Amino acid sequence: MDTLQIVWFFLIVSFFAIYAILDGFDLGVGFWHLFARREDRPNLFYLVGPLWDGNEVWFLAFGGAMFAAFPQVYATLFSGFYLLVMIVIFAFMFRGIAIDFRNKSASKAWQGVWDIVFAVASITIPLIVGIAVGNLLYGLKIDSNMNYFGTFSDLLNPYALLVGLLALLMCATHGASYIVMKTGGALQERAVSWSFKACGFYMAIFFILCIATIFTLPHLFRNYTSHPFLFLLPIITLLSMLAIIIFNTGGNDVKSFVASIFSVAGTMATLGIALFPVLVYARNNADLSLTIMNSSASPYALKTLLIVVILGMPLVIAYQIWVYRKFAGKVT
Amino acid sequence: MNALILSRIQFALTVGFHFIFAPLTIGLAWFVFWMLTKYKRTGDETYGQMARFWNKIFTISFVIGVVTGIPLEFQFGTNWSQFSRFVGDVFGAPLAAEVVFTFFVESIFIAVLVYGWNRVSVKSLWFSSLMVAISSTLSGFWIIAANSWMQTPRGHNLFEGRIFLLDFWAAIFNPSTLPRFLHTIDAAMMTGAFFIVGMSALLILKGYRQQLTEKSLKMALIVAFIASVLQLGLGHIHGIQIAFTQPEKFAAIEGIFETQSRAPALIFGIPNANEEKVDAAVRIPGLLSLLAFGRLDAEVKGLKDFPKDEWPPLALTFYPFHLMVALGIYFILFGALGLFLLWRKRLFDSRFFMKLALFSLPLPFIANELGWMTAEVGRQPWIVYHLMKTRDAISSSVPAGQILFSIITFSLIYILLFALWIYLIRREVILKVQS
Repeated sequence: MDTLQIVWFFLIVSFFAIYAILDGFDLGVGFWHLFARREDRPNLFYLVGPLWDGNEVWFLAFGGAMFAAFPQVYATLFSGFYLLVMIVIFAFMFRGIAIDFRNKSASKAWQGVWDIVFAVASITIPLIVGIAVGNLLYGLKIDSNMNYFGTFSDLLNPYALLVGLLALLMCATHGASYIVMKTGGALQERAVSWSFKACGFYMAIFFILCIATIFTLPHLFRNYTSHPFLFLLPIITLLSMLAIIIFNTGGNDVKSFVASIFSVAGTMATLGIALFPVLVYARNNADLSLTIMNSSASPYALKTLLIVVILGMPLVIAYQIWVYRKFAGKVT
Repeated sequence: MNALILSRIQFALTVGFHFIFAPLTIGLAWFVFWMLTKYKRTGDETYGQMARFWNKIFTISFVIGVVTGIPLEFQFGTNWSQFSRFVGDVFGAPLAAEVVFTFFVESIFIAVLVYGWNRVSVKSLWFSSLMVAISSTLSGFWIIAANSWMQTPRGHNLFEGRIFLLDFWAAIFNPSTLPRFLHTIDAAMMTGAFFIVGMSALLILKGYRQQLTEKSLKMALIVAFIASVLQLGLGHIHGIQIAFTQPEKFAAIEGIFETQSRAPALIFGIPNANEEKVDAAVRIPGLLSLLAFGRLDAEVKGLKDFPKDEWPPLALTFYPFHLMVALGIYFILFGALGLFLLWRKRLFDSRFFMKLALFSLPLPFIANELGWMTAEVGRQPWIVYHLMKTRDAISSSVPAGQILFSIITFSLIYILLFALWIYLIRREVILKVQS
């Protein structure tokens, strides 16, 4: 494998991780939306309103980078996960429309409908994306043309469903932390209790998944067993989740949110290390797995893409910080 | 209904619906920027009101443009996986550039235009509107570069059944990118301009005759006329490019079956693919050779010079092209009429013109779709010109039933979105009239 392929594996996992850190709290806010009192719901919309679109583009960055850097994986996954991808697309569409249109009328019926749409879409996205990621870890039936030849119901196996649940709980925890940080009064108090509940389940499912993986998918531990210091990653991830709870009890809402960011980053890193250098495991025949070696674009293309990213991403980060600052402070 | 037909229908549906909103929002973005520029410079409240009102219309349309764009990035993988495998080395780069350089910027700064109006300084609003306008325009550049590579592929190498990128700049600036980009951006300006003209006319017809409507109408009318005249030139340049680099498409859009010099331009005709001639043709002899190559005796290749199974579908290429050109001429005449009335100081009193303007509002949208039909149908049977056929490009592993499900769902969602769009725009108009 060559350096560019390794760099792009790292970049793609990073884009996905940044997406989870940013849109994770938007989706998490959506998760709690229907649990909030009616009078608190407009505030929740103002939390995500200015930020959801810029955050969501990180998912497009992940997808675009996948297409450009590992076109074979892009082709295999998006066609293999056809219905899952379509459901996620529909959910993204409804979520964006719900956020921007909900407050365009004072009608209770109008707002009520968009509240439900916002919540359902925000729950669907992490659940389905998590199931897709779970299948990457579990492995897919891949033929010699790199095409998926399993069925749709194959994708709904227990392991993948568990990963979907983890993703949902991750977003719920992250979203609750965000609400705690950005609001005050009764809403903030309720969000603190939400954060405890979600984080507890998040830790439990993460732990269960680690155990399940040891027993059913030992090949995912290759990198860990050959470099045992990497076990620190899942450990730090669990500790970050614990830190969310500890900081919340102490009233340190910013530190709690930062701990949540670390737990998301840690989960993604754990995942990335488990996969590397494979991107899609072939359950039927390990030789047919899609790796960074057999699925990448050419060295020239990878180099060109790297230049695009080096030129563009610093600007993106600068712009995003600028806009976040324009909307800083608590929402009342 | 097989997977190929369904995938083609779905792509046409999703990209066609997205393209209702993309040119509109690119055009409107520049108008909002201009209004904020005047407001920032002069402090004149009229410009502030104009910016605020048209920005509302703009942002409602923008979010629909954004969400309908999402299916497109992923559809290359879901429905066209063989295409993605074949061209991924080249095609992925402009798409990645589009995300990095433009999607991020427009999506980040739109937040200020939607939520920041009472929160940030005029300077920040102005800067945000500039960023949105530039990035949405550049977003058009990258995706058109990608599509243009499919039309006139350059800068690549074919090796062991796959395409490899050889020269990034040659691939991006292939022969058709610039003509098509300029043509499309001008179309976007026309769409935005005609939209403002038509909506201002609607306000005036409903009795709302203020500085806001009159200044908006006047400004948009001038842009509409200039952009329409410019489009004649840009369309012409694009036509020359097609003549040089895509002769089958050129023959199909112009209804030329026999290779000939002094080739005629068709004002009217009914192409007959079976008998390989044009019925009821009204021709101007020599004009086509002159327009395409600058010389009456220049040879224009006819369809018969190419294998029949490589001809594009004739009716779906010929008619959209000619209808689009007809609309283009109408736009110039409409603009000229409006400017004449403006000069005579009779514009705002002319109920006839206001009604005509309202009637004309949907026409640029139709012209945009017709143009893309010409471009994409005219490239068939190729998905990548002379390199890959469309029928070899689809995802072989996706069952047709799943595609039918997604088509039906998209259709229902789009009907809903279109109804919401109309409802919310009307609501803004009614609120304005009542104020």
